[in-house]
Amino acid sequence: MDTSDVNILIVDDEESVRSSLYKWFIEDGYTVDTAADAKEALQKLEKQPWDIILLDIKMPGMNGLELQERIRDIDPTIVIIMITAYASVDTAVQALKAGAFDYVTKPFDPDDLEHLIRNAIEKRKLTRENLQLKQKISQLSPEETIIAESPQMKHVLELVDTVAQTDSTVLIHGESGTGKEVIARTIHNRSRRRLFPMIAVNCGALPESLLESELFGHEKGAFTGAQYRRKGKIELADGGTLFLDEIGDISPKTQLDLLRVLETKQFTRLGGNQIIRSDFRLICATNKNLEEEVRKGNFREDLFYRINVFFILIPPLRERREDIPALAHFFVQKYSRAMNKPIHDISPEAMKRLMEHNWPGNVRELENAIERAMVIGKPPVIQPQDLPFAQVLPFDPATMDSDSLEAIEKAHISAVLARTHWNIKRSAEILDIDRVTLYNKIKKYNLQKP
Amino acid sequence: MRNTLYIVPVHHPRLENLELLKQALSEVFSLHVEFLNLELDIEAVFNIRRHQYHSTEILAYLLDRMPDDTERILAVTDLDLYIPILTFVFGEAQLRGRAAVVSCHRLKNEFYGIPADNDILMDRLIKEAVHELGHTYGLIHCTNYACVMHASTYVEEIDIKDYHFCPACQALLAGTEPRQP
Ligand SMILES: [Zn+2]
Ligand SMILES: [Zn+2]
Repeated sequence: MDTSDVNILIVDDEESVRSSLYKWFIEDGYTVDTAADAKEALQKLEKQPWDIILLDIKMPGMNGLELQERIRDIDPTIVIIMITAYASVDTAVQALKAGAFDYVTKPFDPDDLEHLIRNAIEKRKLTRENLQLKQKISQLSPEETIIAESPQMKHVLELVDTVAQTDSTVLIHGESGTGKEVIARTIHNRSRRRLFPMIAVNCGALPESLLESELFGHEKGAFTGAQYRRKGKIELADGGTLFLDEIGDISPKTQLDLLRVLETKQFTRLGGNQIIRSDFRLICATNKNLEEEVRKGNFREDLFYRINVFFILIPPLRERREDIPALAHFFVQKYSRAMNKPIHDISPEAMKRLMEHNWPGNVRELENAIERAMVIGKPPVIQPQDLPFAQVLPFDPATMDSDSLEAIEKAHISAVLARTHWNIKRSAEILDIDRVTLYNKIKKYNLQKP
Repeated sequence: MRNTLYIVPVHHPRLENLELLKQALSEVFSLHVEFLNLELDIEAVFNIRRHQYHSTEILAYLLDRMPDDTERILAVTDLDLYIPILTFVFGEAQLRGRAAVVSCHRLKNEFYGIPADNDILMDRLIKEAVHELGHTYGLIHCTNYACVMHASTYVEEIDIKDYHFCPACQALLAGTEPRQP
């Protein structure tokens, strides 16, 4: 909607009301004019058509109610909003009966005023699609980059594309650091809701009472310290996407409250009874096995079925090592730009380390490792010693019991185990022996997991 | 020569936050930014019935006292601001003018009964300062929710938007003709 196509006339005898309302609407891009009394208003009504008129009830000379009658005679389709002080709410009710669209009481809550005008415009059916604007916005939210060299991630991307076209609820499962929010954002950006925001809430980070206020908002006085009304994330997500991260961590009470919202798409703010509707698409993420949590009685089964409509599993980085080089190069370029530092590559030895590392912290750990290497490394390439886990030497001669072949084998195996964080499968691969052999050697040399 | 953006602290105790704001504004507007002490008498703009401070009067005060080399002048305050028709404002600016004011009062988490967080406060303060200064360059509200010129009537809406102007607003800003004296 282009607000400049909406003509608003403000009729009020008080200069400060006229000027501040005028400014408010100008800043919102409306075409607006003012009149100090009924006479001036009627003159301006003759000159051009108006969409919305804000009318002060109490004015010297012809008052607002009489003027309203005259306006209705001139153009009954104009939306009239009455402005009143506390004392004259009765008069406002009278005005409504006479056909005014609504009334506002001075001073207005900025949000109420905004909603009122929006509703008034809707009434005039002035909303229309603005293709140019849509194009502008889609250029604005560049796609988050998902690196997908491995077949597993290519499959994830296919799922993302499929589900983005629908409005169905999505559950994303993945270890921490696998980039669940990036996946959620990609779904949002590729969906028809991309013109509205995606609102993210990390449910694991907040205690129950704060999380409830965060999600549902609260009314003034809902609890100690709640001096003012606060909008919740569910309300803010109206039209867009609500992303609930770490959904497995929410308390039984919040689970129940959330279930109700999902069933009815409506809710009340904490301490309030006004019913609020919000049209949002839900994407949840978790690093827990929710089915297991349901079995253990920690997670409601009915809520689980509601959120588990479309399931996406992001595999851990160690199970898709093909993605490591592309991801690493992506982060090198990212930090090279951000730090303005001419490191643009990774040496083959450093890359070998990256490929061998077990990445318990997944993509985030990889990003942190590259960021750190970019800080301490010297141009033009990242070397193994720049990596945080590079201190592990193949083996340290000083710790060897003797120069015997067995001593060397023991030191070498323990070094490889340290490097892979005791990932037996990975270590066996590096050592090129089978896992049973590796277990036997661990036992033989009495190696201990740190 | 007008080339300085002055930041005027008005009843604002957290000076380290103003230092961060100064850096952010000089980056966004590529202006020389300085602090300026005007010792505004806050009682003069206080409304005893509403227990709030009239932001338009603060703007008038700034315009009266600003130095000759002022490109823009921004008051930053902890006071709760209002204009007569609204219950409160986060800030106010002269559209296509020189002066703006922003308040931290309702940008603070503790105002809404949740734990204080200075990082969030700073984030909101910078956005609101950039937003109000955007108005002084003639920018109006932008429908792009991520643009700093998007209108925010709730503090949570400030959190959604960015520090930056969207490309459309940036283009308008870049095309701003120097204001006639
Ligand atoms: Zn504004
Ligand atoms: Zn914009």
